[in-house]
Amino acid sequence: MAQAIGEMEAKVNGTELSTADGEADAAGLEGFSREELHALLADMLLYRRFEEKAEEAYAIGKIGGFCHLHIGQEGLAAGAIKPLRGDDLVITAYREHTQAIAKGITPRAAMAELYGRTTGCSGGRGGSMHLFDTSVGFMGGHGIVGGQIPLGAGLGWAIRYRGGDQVCVCFMGDAAVNQGAFLESLNMSAIWRLPVIYVVENNGYGMGTAFSRVSVTDMEARSGACGVPAHTINGQDVLETYRFFEDLAAKVRAGAGPQFVNALTYRFRGHSMSDPVSGTYRSKEEVEAHITQQDPITILRDRMMEAGLLTQEELEAIDAGARSISDDAADFADASPVPDPSTLYDHVYAEINEHGRLFLDGRGERPGDGGPANG
Amino acid sequence: MAEMTYRDALNAAMCQEMDRDDSVFLMGEEVAEYDGAYKVSRGMLERYGDQRVVDSPISELGFAGLCVGAAMTGLRPICEFMTFNFSILALDQVINSAAKMLYMSNGQIPVPIVFRGPTGAALQLSAQHSQACETYYVHAPGVKLVTPATPADAKGLLAAAIRDDDPVAVMEGELLYNVRGEVPDGEYIIPLGVADLKRSGDDVSIVTHGKMVHVALQAAGLLAREGIEAEVLDLRSIRPLDVDAILETVARTNRVVYLEEGWPFAGVGAQIVSMIQDEAFDDLDAPVVRVTQADIPMPYAKNLEQLAKPSAKSVVNACRQVLYLPAA
Repeated sequence: MAQAIGEMEAKVNGTELSTADGEADAAGLEGFSREELHALLADMLLYRRFEEKAEEAYAIGKIGGFCHLHIGQEGLAAGAIKPLRGDDLVITAYREHTQAIAKGITPRAAMAELYGRTTGCSGGRGGSMHLFDTSVGFMGGHGIVGGQIPLGAGLGWAIRYRGGDQVCVCFMGDAAVNQGAFLESLNMSAIWRLPVIYVVENNGYGMGTAFSRVSVTDMEARSGACGVPAHTINGQDVLETYRFFEDLAAKVRAGAGPQFVNALTYRFRGHSMSDPVSGTYRSKEEVEAHITQQDPITILRDRMMEAGLLTQEELEAIDAGARSISDDAADFADASPVPDPSTLYDHVYAEINEHGRLFLDGRGERPGDGGPANG
Repeated sequence: MAEMTYRDALNAAMCQEMDRDDSVFLMGEEVAEYDGAYKVSRGMLERYGDQRVVDSPISELGFAGLCVGAAMTGLRPICEFMTFNFSILALDQVINSAAKMLYMSNGQIPVPIVFRGPTGAALQLSAQHSQACETYYVHAPGVKLVTPATPADAKGLLAAAIRDDDPVAVMEGELLYNVRGEVPDGEYIIPLGVADLKRSGDDVSIVTHGKMVHVALQAAGLLAREGIEAEVLDLRSIRPLDVDAILETVARTNRVVYLEEGWPFAGVGAQIVSMIQDEAFDDLDAPVVRVTQADIPMPYAKNLEQLAKPSAKSVVNACRQVLYLPAA
């Protein structure tokens, strides 16, 4: 990972990109209307400002626990999720704030969840790592590396079982492919031709361990063993990502079976809020090179400006909008109530009959004493 | 009523529920073409087709997680483990996904799944194939657990588990599959959380669950020859737990033996003893005695295996102990 800065230009986390030269080809914008481009830019700027706001709130103790930021990887949230239908399903790991917003969770509901408030999308029970909203097809926010992969296969199974034509997009980090759950899930998906797109957000590092240190094969080889077709894309190019997912989702909807996408990207922040941005595992220079040359937002911005589709004033207005939505989300979260103590035991079980006791700590089943527990 | 085996009663429960609800499907190793490793699903592939009776690869973590994912959308999977020993590979999906999903999602995502298969020891299968897995499951809030001991209970409890909106583990036993008994015809449901008095008696209570019900009944027969009348309370359901039924038997006999197939350390019996001392301390005439598997991995040699397992004789002696009588 210790390339000279000059080499970085053509690489994302050390992998050579095979994409068309966007700068020479103003047509990198082809197929997108001015409105669509503005919307994608606004989406990504919102994700960026939302997470910067979360970072700020974390620093002053408004947000606790683990908080994993997606900053630098926004191209994938917008590019992979925005082309999906409302009834398609998304399931992911714990670096998921922006993906949740991309799928339709409001910034208010997402921020309130980070704050642990009742108005959060998980009622304050989930926190940063467990955002859920079934009404928009966002199936969580899962905290064990690789744990969401079999669940994603199951969502795909359910779609196929019911004869639906939705797709499930299952995100994971690059480190997750070393879990047994990954191989087991891709194998079953291939056997039963499940409509699942497995997406590795390949930012090159599992926490502080470079992928090259924990694998002697390249990423694409991992799904080949199960017979799932692999694709590598530049996740920092939101337009390439968008086109790719629009096309791939249509193919999977039409019965192409499971797919594996190795999306190259880069994390601009530490693994979580408690980690330094750079350090023993990656150099400051490497991080800076990516921030200056591989930021999905500036890449799109520059292209739009060069093509005369975005003025400085428009950019400032979009950014001001993103900041205002993020500020509003934080204000909303801050003003929202914390969960009522009487709900402590709610939703442990969905069904409680009049027989037997489910809790033996003397609390769960006495109304007003942290109960009753009925969902 | 018809006489049938425990195995066929489980099959009847699955067919009863699959007939009435298209969202129920069965997945596991060897459940379809092979008719089930223990033939519990005999004939079901032919009856329901390969979309609803599904042979999985040997990937316990994977197919358990797939079933949990399917349940997150409202399907009702029956996830068969060839034995619960193998489900230890799948515990991440049982505990981190199935048990916690409803809570983490603030009630948005119930997980109506059944995990079923045999638990505990059979005969000379040695350490890795002979362990009672109840504690692993009931330890986690969000999971329910039933342990049918008879064919009728097998039908009624499995059907109730399939209809339940929470993850329910149904723990069976290799040595129970051939047990025969009367089973009610037609739709038959036993609500979770209802214990069953398998034998009445005034002198001492043997509280137990699952396969050990038969050992308890055998011990009660031996005690009866000495003029000691033991009550055998089959919990049937560990979580939810029929606390009232336990407290009633404690109040009646004032002397309790807890019998289980699993290990003693942090075992199910430890929880029951704790509950009894919390809620019925004054009813006790003697400390509760637990009879469990020896606190060791199960040995292979026949004589050592017998020494390690709870036996009717060890239960008889435990009952004599709480009656302050010398060992038989």
